[in-house]
Amino acid sequence: MARKLPRKDVAIVGFGWTGSILAHELTDAGLDVVAIERGPWRDTASDLSITYAQDEWRYRLQHELFLRPAQTTVTFRNNASQTALPVRNFGAFMLGNGVGGGGLHWNAETFRFLPSDFVVRSHLTERYGADFLPADMTIQDWGVTYDDLEPHYDQFEYLCGTSGTAGNIKGVVHDGGNPFEGPRSRPYPTPAQKQGYGHTLFADAAKQLGYKPFPQPSGNLSQAYANPLGVKLGQCTFCGFCEWFGCANYSKASPQTTVLPVLTRKSNFEVRTESEVTRINVDRSGKRATGLTYVDSSGTEWEQPADLVLVCAFQLFNVQLLLLSGIGTPYDPQTGQGQIGRNFTHQTMSTATGFFDKNKYNFNPFIASGSIGMMIDEFNGDNFDHSKLGFVGGGYIGQVRTNGRPLESMAVPPGTPAWGAKWKAALRDNYLSSIICGGACHASFYSYRDVYLDLDPVYKDRFGRPLMRMTIDLHDNEIKMSAFLTDKYAEILQQMGASQVVKQPRRGPYDVTDYQTSHLCGGAIMGEKPDSSAVNRYLQSWDVPNLFVIGASAFPQNAGYNPTGTVGALAFWAAKAIRTQYIKNPGPLVHA
Amino acid sequence: MYRLTRRELLRSSALALCLISPAARAAIVKGALPWRPGANDAPQVVTPGGWHFFTPQEAASVEAFVDRLIPPDPDTPGGKDCGCAVFIDRQLAGPYGRNEAYYMLGPFQDGTKQQGSQSPLTTAQRYRKALAALEAACREKFAGKTFADLSDAQKDEVIGGLEAGSFKLEGVDGIDFFTQILTDTRNGFLSDPIYGGNKDLAAWKMIGFPGTHYDYRDWIDRHNERVTLPVVGISDHPNWAQ
Repeated sequence: MARKLPRKDVAIVGFGWTGSILAHELTDAGLDVVAIERGPWRDTASDLSITYAQDEWRYRLQHELFLRPAQTTVTFRNNASQTALPVRNFGAFMLGNGVGGGGLHWNAETFRFLPSDFVVRSHLTERYGADFLPADMTIQDWGVTYDDLEPHYDQFEYLCGTSGTAGNIKGVVHDGGNPFEGPRSRPYPTPAQKQGYGHTLFADAAKQLGYKPFPQPSGNLSQAYANPLGVKLGQCTFCGFCEWFGCANYSKASPQTTVLPVLTRKSNFEVRTESEVTRINVDRSGKRATGLTYVDSSGTEWEQPADLVLVCAFQLFNVQLLLLSGIGTPYDPQTGQGQIGRNFTHQTMSTATGFFDKNKYNFNPFIASGSIGMMIDEFNGDNFDHSKLGFVGGGYIGQVRTNGRPLESMAVPPGTPAWGAKWKAALRDNYLSSIICGGACHASFYSYRDVYLDLDPVYKDRFGRPLMRMTIDLHDNEIKMSAFLTDKYAEILQQMGASQVVKQPRRGPYDVTDYQTSHLCGGAIMGEKPDSSAVNRYLQSWDVPNLFVIGASAFPQNAGYNPTGTVGALAFWAAKAIRTQYIKNPGPLVHA
Repeated sequence: MYRLTRRELLRSSALALCLISPAARAAIVKGALPWRPGANDAPQVVTPGGWHFFTPQEAASVEAFVDRLIPPDPDTPGGKDCGCAVFIDRQLAGPYGRNEAYYMLGPFQDGTKQQGSQSPLTTAQRYRKALAALEAACREKFAGKTFADLSDAQKDEVIGGLEAGSFKLEGVDGIDFFTQILTDTRNGFLSDPIYGGNKDLAAWKMIGFPGTHYDYRDWIDRHNERVTLPVVGISDHPNWAQ
């Protein structure tokens, strides 16, 4: 029997980027807020040491800062005819755990989606005709536009201090930035980071081929910065241990380096760590959330009543919590009906490896930041004519290599034996003069009727709750797109002077052991209508109006960029709706 | 564990509160950013000498094996002298060997390659089984000799056979074992020396990785130059006190 705690105005599930932004905004509005976090407390001074942060075995290979499957996992199958089995060790994606969530150990690539990404179905239908899309593709418009979100992208970038070169300020295109981006109201808060040799060579080659390269927008800061909350960040030192690691140097934007120093001082806020929310409680009508039930690390169960519940966990766990709490209608892939679990997507990643003459090229790959790099956007979204290509979608292409960490940098030319003297010599001869870059082609993953999430019928977590079941595979559209983008990237590597280029386009079947970013999206998507979305344009549950579900779980499909910029913008967008509309008049913000 | 009464008590306090116990238990953070420099655990450093997981017989096989996967050459020692077997031994004796991070609840059943390993055995248990099977197979094929007793050419024949699936082990998937020990050997060779491999930073010196420098701002603009900084590991850091 749960012990009942005193009521709060707001209870938040999960304390990463979205939880900390919402907590900050709503405590500013005077509300009493508690956040419940599954993992441990973490802050820079206590947990991240310059002395031993650069430990690839511990943090990259053993995933020390991440959720481990022993705590909870998911099950996976490629299609409904297979039996889903548990992911016993994470591989294809890595999930955050603890204060800061993935924001503590991300690479900090901080993008905006294209204006057309938010209206993708209408846009593609208008340009190519209604029959152009595959019949089983379930892409939808978001219910929110780029113009709606622009002020909130700006808020997130200025919170983080994002370093970049603007390509479009109020409709005026600027050289050196991304000419395809939506108009931004002002420049990036800090100038773009400096670039290494390989990144610069990529930009030169891309220009020679007629493209317009630009620096990757980076949450590893090019210079010291004080954000609007008064929190200060330092200059990135290009240590090359960014994603998978925490930054001990206060130079990577994270909840820890941008929000928490201010938020944790507020008297109307607290976070409870090592406490896992097991259920969203609803009243008998099923239309009102009454609070949360959680279990702390001693096994004690607590009930936290609250007037407003915000679900801010990682995408998979947002969806799982809705399903376990009986909120909304589970998606049924047979009928296409139901909302919770539909439009589950990931990211379509591919690359090519370039081997260069070691006597002429020394890339010093270890001199890098998490979001260093030069890229092109000519083949992202619908920036190019798809009418004769046989696919829709696209991605950025870039030399965005983030590190030369040895365990992740063992590329040897094809034909090299896997062991023995020849392998050893090839490793020695190619480490400094090869370009390996897992994220070189970072592309969209559109939604399909048969790619979805539901509760597993067999496997349970440590509380006996069903695990989330992923049913996911790559479709022809994404496979064709990946081959196209990989060819374009390979051409640029050739132009850079590579003596050998090995293409690695994404192919099916989807493999849960093969890392392809942690950008899982959808399952509790936002939209214009309650029959085809879980939350409205303000991320408010259609079924339970005092419940908001915030994060990449709201993406109806995934675009060709890293999602965190859009996740941050959506968090500020939802916060504004709660502050300016919901608090005054609690109830549905959109009437279906 | 902090119970409700303690929570209420603390809520009334005006002081900055930090309730993070060293054991990382459920805690409340309220009123200030807890600040405890260096509170996190430093990595466990491998001490040389003896074997923590392997029997002497197993250790001899693994040392012989890793020295063929990464053979010595005039410039750089091989897997054995770089400590790859020590790295594997210490890892198998710890959380890695026990699969502590893994989801290990049943039911266990084999799936597709894309679904990843579904073995109910831990990594340490699989090593123990595979090494016993390797010895048995070598004794049978090479007139009673152990793997470590074989000539280099014979060792390479066994390893190549495991890789190709043609050298069979009783009750053990030889390709899986080959993949596992190859991955572990490479990781030991190229990890920080605090874990027992990469002795004297030999592997990092070989490839040209300068190690755990925290600041390359002076080098970011120096394109296509060989970095001349000394090669360092975690224990070379001035703050390292172990």
